[in-house]
Amino acid sequence: MSGGSLLSDHTRSEIDRWVAKFPEGRQRSALLSALQVAQHENKGYLTRDIMDAVAEYLNLQPIEVYEVATFYSMFETKPVGRHSISVCTNISCMLRGADDIVNHLEQRLGIKLGESSDDGKFYLKMEEECLAACCGAPMMMVNHQYYENLTAQKVDKIIEKLDKQD
Amino acid sequence: MGSDLVNIEVNGVKLAVPSGQMLIEATDRADIYVPRFCYHRKLSVAANCRMCLVEVEKAPKPLPACATPVAEGMKVFTRSDAAISAQKATMEFLLINHPLDCPICDQGGECELQDLAMGFGRDVARYSERKRVVKDKDLGPLISTDMTRCIHCTRCVRFGQEIAGIQELGAIGRSEYMEITTYVERSVDHELSGNIIDLCPVGALNNKPYRYSARAWEMVAKPLISPHDCIGSNIYAHVLRGTLKRVVPRDNEQINESWISDRDRYSYEGIYSQDRLDKPMLKRDREWLEVSWDRAIEATSSLISSAASGEGDALGILASPNSTLEELYLLNELACHYGCNNLDHRLRVSDFRDQDSDPTWLSLGCEIAEIEQQDGILVVGSNIRMDTPILAHRVRSAALCGASVGFVSPEVYEYHFPQTAYLHAPAETFVSMFVGVLAAALDILGDKPPAWIANALKGINIESEHRETAAVLLNKENSILLLGHFALRHPSFADIRATAAALTELTGSKLGYIPEGANSTGAALAGVLPHRGVGGVKRGDPCGLNVQEMLNSPRRAYLLYGFEPEFDLTNPALANDALSAADTVVCFSPFVTESLLDQADVLLPIATYAETDGTFVNAAGVWQSFNAAVDCVGDAKPGWRLLRALGNAIGITDCEYRSVEDVREALEAKLGSRKSSNRYRGKFPVSLMVPEIGEKVLDVPIYLTDGIVRRGTALQQTQIAQVARQGKSIQG
Repeated sequence: MSGGSLLSDHTRSEIDRWVAKFPEGRQRSALLSALQVAQHENKGYLTRDIMDAVAEYLNLQPIEVYEVATFYSMFETKPVGRHSISVCTNISCMLRGADDIVNHLEQRLGIKLGESSDDGKFYLKMEEECLAACCGAPMMMVNHQYYENLTAQKVDKIIEKLDKQD
Repeated sequence: MGSDLVNIEVNGVKLAVPSGQMLIEATDRADIYVPRFCYHRKLSVAANCRMCLVEVEKAPKPLPACATPVAEGMKVFTRSDAAISAQKATMEFLLINHPLDCPICDQGGECELQDLAMGFGRDVARYSERKRVVKDKDLGPLISTDMTRCIHCTRCVRFGQEIAGIQELGAIGRSEYMEITTYVERSVDHELSGNIIDLCPVGALNNKPYRYSARAWEMVAKPLISPHDCIGSNIYAHVLRGTLKRVVPRDNEQINESWISDRDRYSYEGIYSQDRLDKPMLKRDREWLEVSWDRAIEATSSLISSAASGEGDALGILASPNSTLEELYLLNELACHYGCNNLDHRLRVSDFRDQDSDPTWLSLGCEIAEIEQQDGILVVGSNIRMDTPILAHRVRSAALCGASVGFVSPEVYEYHFPQTAYLHAPAETFVSMFVGVLAAALDILGDKPPAWIANALKGINIESEHRETAAVLLNKENSILLLGHFALRHPSFADIRATAAALTELTGSKLGYIPEGANSTGAALAGVLPHRGVGGVKRGDPCGLNVQEMLNSPRRAYLLYGFEPEFDLTNPALANDALSAADTVVCFSPFVTESLLDQADVLLPIATYAETDGTFVNAAGVWQSFNAAVDCVGDAKPGWRLLRALGNAIGITDCEYRSVEDVREALEAKLGSRKSSNRYRGKFPVSLMVPEIGEKVLDVPIYLTDGIVRRGTALQQTQIAQVARQGKSIQG
């Protein structure tokens, strides 16, 4: 394995850790985790150069990496806002008012689902499927954290907190 | 796969099939039809099209026949109501997004989707929503795309992964948004990539140069043999009113399986090149005249006779190794008539010192399919993917089955399989690097070298890379060393071969050659060699002049057959001088070029591989005869007819052949055995000194190997050709 100059030392050591979990020659199995780490390092999205770097580092064909990155909804292949917000709109959440939450977020951030705010801070993800937290519906996932039993006020607080972070 | 048989019942018919087989393999073998799109016997099972759903007793749902292993007592129904309704439902889903553009689709008439829609589709679509549209991709000059037609069977993707060894296409996105693409706009460059056109069950991937030029049902498929390498890939020429429209593979498990190289597929464009010679021409006072065939043959006969009658040595005959067996035999007869021993087909060879040790013909050393069963393969001096793509595929298959595969190569070529050794040996030091491998093998085995090689071994330092390379052949049951084009062309070929012979002797491996051209074997059998006649019988002492000697000490007259001196000889400058100085140059050629107009006195248009009857003998010694598939361009004539007419004109006795079969029979009557043994009986004193290479051509890029390929316009636009033109080496 070589190359991957675009990947930080941290990313590389994380990828190495994942590769070590699989039998030799099965480094392709570490691809999902590798992309996750690489996306995290790059503020939440993948570029072609990064995917190529991952391909080179894992000794895969670039197309094999593109296939995986475009298949899974957790990967973004276009620039998006720093904080990724996914509101569950599946049946339980919908019955508990998820659509209102989406409307509220859209108004508050001034963007539609699938768009990022102009300041590059927020990204509202399109049509997230059930996130398996029906007991706390309506819910959303921000970055990797779950927020449950949402109300407009709760959402405002979460957004304010994130706004102050950067 | 187990060899035990299990008993199953399909549609009430009892079958005993090997356990571990998939249902579809069993039904295919028993000629029971199961519809399919994604399944292909040469590719892995994907089970993603669902077209092959069948009913299996006790199974709650229909099962895909391609991914259901047979089991004892299984009862299968392929035409029951449940099976048919599952198949029809699948068909309906597949057609949801498929455009109804069959009338303008090149695949129309030979489309698996169209065929199955006839059998399993509804008359009227229930789907009235919008169909999806997918942007077409630019995959380069060979493959056209209409991606809206794609049904996502992923055969093309699996071909890249499993056969080519490099995945160039992939499926990105998912569900409704899934697309087959390269993602980044780039061409598909692998030398076997054209096969995805045949694999594609719909009209998404098609043949770009052929696009919109004919309909499948108008054409006649005629069997031919590919003329570009020593494999003899089986092909079909698809012919429309006497014109070749496209080339597709013809299955032959022993030779090319289901594949052909892009060179085999697209070279046919060269047949219809603008610079085809279409009339016999005669030079009179520096002016070219178009003349009748009678006049041309008469003039040729008197020109050759006046130069060579009574003095055969004044004549030099050079023939392309892509000529047919029959043409080559008639050339030999012509030479015999004049008592001329100066004839050769080894146009790019430059070392003839040990030619007496050559086998009758340079054989691959085993059957082509047997390459896959080797457990050790050492490829010496070959850019094998470019020289013989189909053979490279066999080598790759062996490597994937666990064989040790090693290379001794002048450059670093890219291979998509595990290699156990790669010895980088530039042309100048090639011999010493290779002798190093022999030294390492001797050292490991503690053996003594043959006397004639001992001297060369003295100056060798054994490095670890030599040991690794030697290990490829050591302690193997079934191993082979292959000498490729580069080795054969090398000015130290005699040293290389003697070393290879010692190494194979020592390790108990087979020695094999990858000869140039489609019919080097035929040329050697037909006696187109200065030192040997028909069947390898020794010619008079001293023997005739080889190609280099013929050009070094110019002849009064030359007969050039089927090649272009400026591109097909080792040293074009030398050839130019010799041909310009000659009194008479008679040229049989499919093409006319400036330099031929300059050098020749007679130009006789001959047929190309698709326009003549003939026989090619491949490197494994398989005789493959074929009949002309298309009409000759212009007034060109099959070469054997011309040579026969010329033979009559110059008064060769018994030259009354009425067909190629007659010619072939005459040759066979003289031929003792067709067989050849590669066992080396020479004792060539190996030296590490490599003669100056200078201007000599050792590596010929894949799309410059012969006149037809060089005129294949689509091939010349490929990435491989473009990079080769810039003087760099490249691999897909």
